[in-house]
Amino acid sequence: MSVDRATVRRIARLARIAIADEEVARLETELSGILDWVAQLDELDTSNVEPMTRVEAMTMKKREDVVTDGFCADDIVKNAPQVDDHYFVVPKIVE
Amino acid sequence: MTELTDLTIAEARKGLCDKSFSARELAQAHIEAIEAANAALNAYVLPTPEWALEMADASDARLAKGEGGALEGIPLGIKDLFCTRGVRTTACSHILDGFTPTYESTVTANLWAEGAVMLGKLNNDEFAMGSSNETSYYGVVANPWRREGSDATLVPGGSSGGSSAAVAARLCMGATATDTGGSIRQPAAFTGTVGLKPTYGRCSRWGIVAFASSLDQAGPIARSVRDAAILLKAMASHDPKDTTSADLPVPDFEAAVGQGVKGLTIGIPKEYRVPGMAPEIEALWQQGIEWLKAAGADIKEVSLPHTKYALPSYYIVAPAEASSNLARYDGVRYGLRETGSDVISMYENTREAGFGTEVKRRILIGTYVLSAGYYDAYYLKAQKVRTLIKRDFDQAFAGVDAILTPTTPGPAFALGEKSGDPVEMYLNDIFTVTVNMAGLPGISVPAGLSSEGTPLGLQLIGRAFDEETLFRTAQVIEAAAGPLAKPADWWSKAA
Repeated sequence: MSVDRATVRRIARLARIAIADEEVARLETELSGILDWVAQLDELDTSNVEPMTRVEAMTMKKREDVVTDGFCADDIVKNAPQVDDHYFVVPKIVE
Repeated sequence: MTELTDLTIAEARKGLCDKSFSARELAQAHIEAIEAANAALNAYVLPTPEWALEMADASDARLAKGEGGALEGIPLGIKDLFCTRGVRTTACSHILDGFTPTYESTVTANLWAEGAVMLGKLNNDEFAMGSSNETSYYGVVANPWRREGSDATLVPGGSSGGSSAAVAARLCMGATATDTGGSIRQPAAFTGTVGLKPTYGRCSRWGIVAFASSLDQAGPIARSVRDAAILLKAMASHDPKDTTSADLPVPDFEAAVGQGVKGLTIGIPKEYRVPGMAPEIEALWQQGIEWLKAAGADIKEVSLPHTKYALPSYYIVAPAEASSNLARYDGVRYGLRETGSDVISMYENTREAGFGTEVKRRILIGTYVLSAGYYDAYYLKAQKVRTLIKRDFDQAFAGVDAILTPTTPGPAFALGEKSGDPVEMYLNDIFTVTVNMAGLPGISVPAGLSSEGTPLGLQLIGRAFDEETLFRTAQVIEAAAGPLAKPADWWSKAA
């Protein structure tokens, strides 16, 4: 197994996904299966290969540093599950 | 008389110009087809008949004045990954419950600017993660095609399964779709339709729900190569709002259709002859080679030695980018919220309830490969393998104009047949995923029927930004294969 149950729980915590105890065993098998399968990449020596960052050589586009959008607070909060005026409401963070 | 819903986009365009029928009549015919079919096929997650009629009336007004865009009055379906202003967009995920965008994706805005009519939002695998449309929160989509002598439901492919099923069943004249590892081409192959994934950067990604940003591309699914070319012309543009959008002129793709393949050299990659390949897939591929030869193309064997590493490296890159993109669904700004004792448990409970099994699996894999100490071993390694895959293609394209392969390892499978083992499902994308990893354009064109009487597709892969050669070559295969019979209508309930 590439990942054990403690690792599944740690990863789920990092990903902010609650998982039930009975799911941990299933995920341990599935995630290990996928990671074992991708391990075939170890056959390749990539020590002198650059990582791919773009399809075609292309210069990063830049624009003038000016405001192009905004002043639409109503639109921004329109789909929020809980709002107060133009604020998103979340459970209390600071006591 | 031919039913209005059977027309191609090119034929409908002519009929609208000649005033043989109105845009309203054309929209109405499709609305009725959707009403009769959707209970059985589930291709649409949200039909929008009022929008369609309003847009069609506006098209009729423009056509009456002799005006109108390239798609004036043409009714289309829109994959639920494209944000549509004022129309619910969920990526077929529970976590985006009720999300109604206040903005329009660039691709759909381009279509409406050309006069296209929206029939509704189409089903897809949740966040486009799947190859069978079985992961949608809104339920599975039925392929209009069935095996000969069987009434078992087959999958329409995925993730653009609603798009492919709707186009095949005449519930729209064409559809938008997206392709991250094969999600346009594989469903097109499974439904006897034409699907094109453009070069990365050809269509703007702005306003499309993101899955894996370095791989995602929008493209069309249609019933003919010409229709796919007409749609891509309208969908593509340079968009300053997407920094990866290519600042290049958009060619008249339709002009390439019918130019033939005389003088072109087509590559056949030997590594695509995978062990255990079905004899009928092998035979179909050989048939495609013969057709192109007969039409005047030269055939040449090419080598793409890193092919077998494309899928495993994809299953690092795509989940890694997905885990990052999907971090935004936290129950704060839109969609679903579940309660929790504090803010962290609110996030955790929301994401637990909102994401389906496959999406969670990919977020967890992605989180793992990006977690401290693993980045170099996984993500960086996979990005290096992409360089090798791209290099293979660059070397092959030094001597050929396009590459011919099968689109899928087999025909459409039945519901539930491959959903037990994630890796087995992933293997469905073995021939399509290399194209995304290298950022190249690819098209799937129907080429015949399987021994089960269901469609099979051939794929053509092109040089970056050379979709025109794909349209030219695909049209030759389309003409040689002849029109595919329309699937027998078992899905419409009596009016």
